[in-house]
Amino acid sequence: MKAIFPFSAIVGQDEMKQALLIAAVDGRIGGVMVFGDRGTGKSTAVRALASLLPPIEVRAGCRYTCEAKADGPCPFDCTVGTGKPVQKAVPFVDLPLGATEDRVVGALDLERALATGEKRFEPGLLAKAHRGFLYIDEVNLLEDHLVDLLLDVAASGENVVEREGLSLRHPARFLLIGSGNPEEGELRPQLLDRFGLSVDVKTPEVLADRIEVVRRRDRFDRDPHGFVADYSEADAAVVAKVAKARKRAPDVVVPDQVLELASRLCQALGADGLRGELTLMRAARALAALNGKKTVTPAHLAAVAPMALRHRLRRNVLDETGSTPRIARAIAEIFPA
Amino acid sequence: MTDAELAARLLAEDPAGLGGIVLKARAGPIRDAWLETLAQAFPPGTPIRRMPVGIPDERLLGGLDLAATLSAGRPLRAAGLLVEADGGVIVVPMAERLPAETAARLAQVLDAGEVPGPDGQAPARFALVLLDEGVDDECVPGTLAERLAIHLDLDRLLEADDLPPAPAPAPAYLESLCAVADALGAGGIRAALQAVKVAQSSARLAGRAVSEADVAAAVRLVLAPRATRMPAEAAEPEAPEEQAPPPPESSSEGPANEPTLDELTELAVEVARAMLPPGILEAQAGRAQRGAASGQGAGQMRQSPSTGRRAGVRAGRLGRGARLDLVETLKAAAPWQPVRRRERPAATGVLVRQDDFRIRKLVRRAQSTTIFVVDASGSAALARLGEAKGAVELLLADSYVRRDEVALIAFRGEGAEVLLPPTRSLARAKRALQDLPGGGGTPLAAGLEAAAKLGVAVQAKGRSVTTVVLTDGRANVARESGQDPMVDAEAAGTAMRLLGLKSVFIDTSPRPRGEGARLAAAMGARLVALPRADAGALAAVVKAAA
Repeated sequence: MKAIFPFSAIVGQDEMKQALLIAAVDGRIGGVMVFGDRGTGKSTAVRALASLLPPIEVRAGCRYTCEAKADGPCPFDCTVGTGKPVQKAVPFVDLPLGATEDRVVGALDLERALATGEKRFEPGLLAKAHRGFLYIDEVNLLEDHLVDLLLDVAASGENVVEREGLSLRHPARFLLIGSGNPEEGELRPQLLDRFGLSVDVKTPEVLADRIEVVRRRDRFDRDPHGFVADYSEADAAVVAKVAKARKRAPDVVVPDQVLELASRLCQALGADGLRGELTLMRAARALAALNGKKTVTPAHLAAVAPMALRHRLRRNVLDETGSTPRIARAIAEIFPA
Repeated sequence: MTDAELAARLLAEDPAGLGGIVLKARAGPIRDAWLETLAQAFPPGTPIRRMPVGIPDERLLGGLDLAATLSAGRPLRAAGLLVEADGGVIVVPMAERLPAETAARLAQVLDAGEVPGPDGQAPARFALVLLDEGVDDECVPGTLAERLAIHLDLDRLLEADDLPPAPAPAPAYLESLCAVADALGAGGIRAALQAVKVAQSSARLAGRAVSEADVAAAVRLVLAPRATRMPAEAAEPEAPEEQAPPPPESSSEGPANEPTLDELTELAVEVARAMLPPGILEAQAGRAQRGAASGQGAGQMRQSPSTGRRAGVRAGRLGRGARLDLVETLKAAAPWQPVRRRERPAATGVLVRQDDFRIRKLVRRAQSTTIFVVDASGSAALARLGEAKGAVELLLADSYVRRDEVALIAFRGEGAEVLLPPTRSLARAKRALQDLPGGGGTPLAAGLEAAAKLGVAVQAKGRSVTTVVLTDGRANVARESGQDPMVDAEAAGTAMRLLGLKSVFIDTSPRPRGEGARLAAAMGARLVALPRADAGALAAVVKAAA
């Protein structure tokens, strides 16, 4: 098997790692948008997290990665196969730039149609990513109609196909991770808003960190399996932390005082819509669960506010200040010292 | 051994690890000779495949062989080029014209080392040779270039220093290369890692531990071509060293001829400085910036897009990005089934022939680029420039929704300058606009000429162009001394009209006189008199014209 760079061996990039863990704890938070330069370990981190998570149980032979005891919408041939539950790694789909709609949504199985005249649906990448991760590099360069489609499916958790005489629907719940560089074109605000969290990643500025990155990568390339073994304990700790937080999250209490703070923060920043407040609350709860706490505190809120709100602020053409300092300022003003 | 030879041997030593090479060279005997050297460096029988221009995905990644499938009556698959080249080399000619989709596919396979197939993953580990024949603005897609360790310009080859018989080993090479990458501002962590790999390969080739000579080679082949700034004088590299943890092996207790980290870094920086003639960095930085954006431009060159909204079907052949509309194809084939069945009674399934194929027609909304040509001369310049800047930002904020691009050219003193290459990034536009200079003469002709050049380049990418010229029309600097500046400007304006560039002429003089009208007529431009142009009015005029 091909070794995957361990999650806990990633140097720095704490905000990105935290955002990914928060999203892994509560899937309803929605996707994560990662802004940043090329070669800063974005896809490495996402891939590492996917390989870290415990395997899922699927029905053998199911082409839609359905749960072993699935109910709800299921396409006609989903139950084909033995139907016995089997273990499968968490899916990770890397959507290439320039992917066609056919590839993403799925299309008529051309081979079968031509050879046997059978009308059968060939599931696309959306079906493949069900219950896993869908990673889109340079999401800002993706065709608009594809971005719309992906975000819609990500929000509804279901892929509805109406094309080429096919009419079916299948579940497609996945964590959408987008990455992009704002210098190469911006994403429309309505689309940005659909992402739950956003983080800015930068190349580490301290030379010592950069040397450490190169050193670890070099060791990984020379001896992948040995390197992975070195970090297996740390990775296992991360898995345990996420699993525990998942169990604990629904019971974490959000006091009214914290909810009010969240509303006032969103109001002060002029973040559009209620989605910001909702995400803020969910992310704070997930963070509290990750930290082993039973109650959300203002400190949790302040910690997740930048990643939950950064991309929802209306860009002021004449204001040079970036979003992150604006959020920090608002927190300093509103939060009790 | 020259760097060119060394590069070829390094690629043969670790093809997949290094990713490949960006070879900047025109087609010709020198390039052919290098490719020959590369082929010789690999063991005989290694696949060395040339990727045809405009290769379809089925050929690249493998897929259904449609023609064979139809004649055989059962699905037949063909392996893709990438799988066939496993363990070898893929040569990509005219890489600067590589469509963004193909570049993205290649980058993905380079990262994964395998191609998804019908029966799981098929290995595809190869070195990519991008033959970059780009001039001026053209360059290879950035996503791909950064994944290929070696960057080599065959026109600017340096003879490598003759190696001393036993070059001093350099155990601190990893730290040193990171520090040099930092000092040169060279492409983040990926570049540093690639430099480390090249140094290791080079050492393995020579059968020794990594030495000074290997570090120097890594700097020449990997880091220096990616440099975005000149390393500071020799004193500088010591500063970052303080932050670095002292590498255990590199301290003074080693043999006397073993360089310390400082000495090694200094040496590497010297190598880099020798390779970077003054002025080259500015050119490279511009290229890098454009390369970032050109990933999408290449895709838009096509007249009939391969992606977009569906708009009916037409009969046609597959290939070149054409997409089959299956239902329509089957409909076209349906009436002929009884006849064809008589010819081939044994066949099962639907009998489809090439002329039944129906191709989807796709449309993509034409995207537009607005080029502002702003008179930055004389006393009124500052106010005028300020308003133009405001208009550019307003239009950009608007292009959030419309996905339009904006560019800005300013002319003053002796010539014109593209201050903002076409972009729809607010962040980048703001940075470029921040300090816009003003004052001096009015080289109107030079400004129009620059606009025409940029306009034609943008049109070539399949975008529609609107040029907006803001000036009082009083040219006083000609392109060549001795010419009448006004006549010169009108000639440049006529050229724009003949090139078919749509333009708007905004006359900003307090009391408009005849010059503006004459010039606008020469350009075939719409004339708008806005003596006190303000950003809002400007944006409104442009939106109405576009």
